[in-house]
Amino acid sequence: MFFSLAAVEVGTHLYWEIAGLTVHGQVLLVTWLVIAIILSITVLGTLKLEQVPKGLQNFVEAVYEYVSGIAKDQLGEAEYRPWVPFVGTLFLFIFVANWLGALVPWKLIHLPEGELAAPTNDINTTVALSLLTSLSYFYGGFKVKGLGFFARYISPTPIFLPINILEDFTKPLSLSFRLFGNILADEIVVSVLCLLVPLLVPLPVMVLGLFASSVQALVFATLSAAYIAESVE
Amino acid sequence: MNPIISGASVIAAGLAIGLAAIGPGIGQGTAAAQAVEGLARQPEAEGKIRGTLLLSLAFMESLTIYGLVVALCLLFANPFAG
Repeated sequence: MFFSLAAVEVGTHLYWEIAGLTVHGQVLLVTWLVIAIILSITVLGTLKLEQVPKGLQNFVEAVYEYVSGIAKDQLGEAEYRPWVPFVGTLFLFIFVANWLGALVPWKLIHLPEGELAAPTNDINTTVALSLLTSLSYFYGGFKVKGLGFFARYISPTPIFLPINILEDFTKPLSLSFRLFGNILADEIVVSVLCLLVPLLVPLPVMVLGLFASSVQALVFATLSAAYIAESVE
Repeated sequence: MNPIISGASVIAAGLAIGLAAIGPGIGQGTAAAQAVEGLARQPEAEGKIRGTLLLSLAFMESLTIYGLVVALCLLFANPFAG
């Protein structure tokens, strides 16, 4: 009933049945496209390494410095290096996914059901990403401290035990909801404005959406790095 | 769908996002004001202040986003629609 009020499609997916599992096809397609874009830029940029970088290599090096800066800001000079790949991958994947969803006119490609959009507007993607963050901060904590990692649950006093346990659940919850909500809200605002005034008016909101989605990628990467830093220090 | 349920859902969705916007709105205003004050005192710390401000604004915004998620659930995936 609500679908007819505004011609905005929320919660309709292109379902694929793969080996007994139901998969959201449009998310899978765009996810692989994002991976292909990142991979091809990285491979092309590092194909012919030169002492004095120019062109694509210059760009790739700048991106690398930026993402390693995110990790360095949170984890510190001493131990940020092993976490640069993880934090950098999170940032690049979310950033490219968000911008791909906002910049490419997906409406032109008709699917039988649902529509192509940023993969991060599906809660499954964001939950998967934030669970990866949880896994990696547990891994980092156990690797550095061993079983002493559990000491953080009763710090500063054992009274905090329930709150500290709860925190392990709220961290991925808030991470995933923040990203999902922001991206979906962007798309809904843009499509509602397009419905009301199809010309020019949605443009500033689209630009704001581009900015907000890049900030969300930065926030996700920064928070993951901060959670990892909390458990390895 | 039962008209009472749909009416209540729409009102609840509006309330969820509206009420959830109050607190973060006030918080973001305070944070931005403090950032501007810090900028006026120390213009050379602009980069650091901007980064921290953006990050904390995103944190506060996420509270409104939780309200939005609840509103979207009520509108598009209502568990009581039956």
